[in-house]
Amino acid sequence: MSAGAVGAGATGEVPALEVASVSHSFGARRALSDVSITVERGRFMALLGPNGAGKTTLFSLITRLYNNRDGRVAIFGHALDREPSRALARLGVVFQARTLDTDLTVEQNLLYHAALHGIPRKAAKARIAGLLDRVGLTDRRADKVRTLSGGQSRRIEIARSLVHHPSLLLLDEPTVGLDLESRADIVAIVRALVREEGLSVLWATHIFEEIAPEDDAVVLHKGRIVARGKAGTIGRADESLEEAFRRLVSEPAKPAREAA
Amino acid sequence: MSTPVGTSATIASPTSPVAPRETAHLGRLDAVGYLICLGGIVRRELLRFFNQKERFFSALVRPLVWLFIFAAGFRNTLGVSIEPPYQTYVLYEVYVVPGLAVMIQLFNGMQSSLSMVYDREVGSMKVLLTSPYPRWLLLLAKLIAGVTVSVVQAYAFLAIAWFWDLDIPAVGYLAALPAFIAAGLMLGSIGLLLSSMVKQLENFASVMNFVIFPMFFASSALYPLWRIRESSETLYWICECNPFTHAVQLVRFALYGQFEPVSCAVVLGVTFAFFTLAVVAYDPGRGIMARRGGPAGDPS
Repeated sequence: MSAGAVGAGATGEVPALEVASVSHSFGARRALSDVSITVERGRFMALLGPNGAGKTTLFSLITRLYNNRDGRVAIFGHALDREPSRALARLGVVFQARTLDTDLTVEQNLLYHAALHGIPRKAAKARIAGLLDRVGLTDRRADKVRTLSGGQSRRIEIARSLVHHPSLLLLDEPTVGLDLESRADIVAIVRALVREEGLSVLWATHIFEEIAPEDDAVVLHKGRIVARGKAGTIGRADESLEEAFRRLVSEPAKPAREAA
Repeated sequence: MSTPVGTSATIASPTSPVAPRETAHLGRLDAVGYLICLGGIVRRELLRFFNQKERFFSALVRPLVWLFIFAAGFRNTLGVSIEPPYQTYVLYEVYVVPGLAVMIQLFNGMQSSLSMVYDREVGSMKVLLTSPYPRWLLLLAKLIAGVTVSVVQAYAFLAIAWFWDLDIPAVGYLAALPAFIAAGLMLGSIGLLLSSMVKQLENFASVMNFVIFPMFFASSALYPLWRIRESSETLYWICECNPFTHAVQLVRFALYGQFEPVSCAVVLGVTFAFFTLAVVAYDPGRGIMARRGGPAGDPS
């Protein structure tokens, strides 16, 4: 199947995210080789990969921190290199690192983000109130971020990523370093968004409990996609997803096999 | 299906309870949106600035120490003869005030640049760069925010320095405003470009050594250039070519209600050149971001 066919998703609509044959190198080091990922509208897709697999590079390309050299990235059909504004306007991101200003209040942080997307202040305040309610932190609106717990600031970051009403949400290992309960909260919030608002999600992780068998999943290893499919069907019949993942990432990276 | 599927095939999505849709972006991507974005970035920088009061005071203490101690000590050694814009002999304290005010702006420009490097390390730069607006607008907003802060600091210094009997005409304080803005823009642009070249925060000590100190000392801030010329013609020309000299001269003349066209041209030209280079450096396709593997701290 050619890369060109990626554009039209199975539903015939333009997919939420299309990464087609993307390769990227830093000098001599090849970080991504011929990676193609399609997130369909309203789907939750898990991106699995060990540290150093190229997840962060892929996220950097999708968020246009730097341009891809080969291949194409498009968000709702808007190619990042040709229509970066339209593409980025539809994208919400939760980065792996904590990126809130700890000296500012929750609301100040969210208003800053709203301004980065050109949202008038009044509309932004209303939207923020709604989102704080969704993540269950309405009462912390005027508190400085440094007084929040790790799980709470993550929830604020999710709220922030939604301020401009994106259609595609990217999360880079959002639950790393959180306790079990906060982790479950984060997963529940994002799953509810997919279910109730039809949000499309690309969720990078290596925590298998966060993935449901019916989720779409891709396994990235040494810059290549080594497996893809429904999370429940990746690997052999006798393996769990976790076992399949361990096997896949212990083998030398080979491109994903074609479907039988 | 127990094996991974093909490289580019996608999985048919089952019907979701809610029809997946492309939501409408809440923001505006027109000129109003540009202004909202610009205003938001400036606002954040100001909020951060006012949260760090010690930064404000330490920025003031430095030039005041120079003025209060250094200038007093050198008052008799370093007499300054009549040269424009001064119409009479001036005390050394009077001579150094414009240079010290612009020194605040120099430090401020480098401090903004340092905070950009810090933002890059902690990742909040990534948040900024996911804004749908063009990079030049985001950088311009950072620049304007830094200039706003530096002008406020420069005037706070002038307010205290007023007690030294400087004989600056009232109109001079007003006339100096555009000069301070221009000087701030120039020093901020230099800082922006530096921030793109400094890979890690630790390297910043060398920026102090190799940028701030040479710029400050090889300028007309502390001594008139004819005095330098007496000792070394080469050094004199280095000082003449130093953009910081022109920022100081622009402010010095403006404070006495005069306009220095050459300095103005140099300051504006350097601002334009450095800002353009900074935009190129931060461009996702061409600049340092791609070559170096993105903002510092990206392991993969």
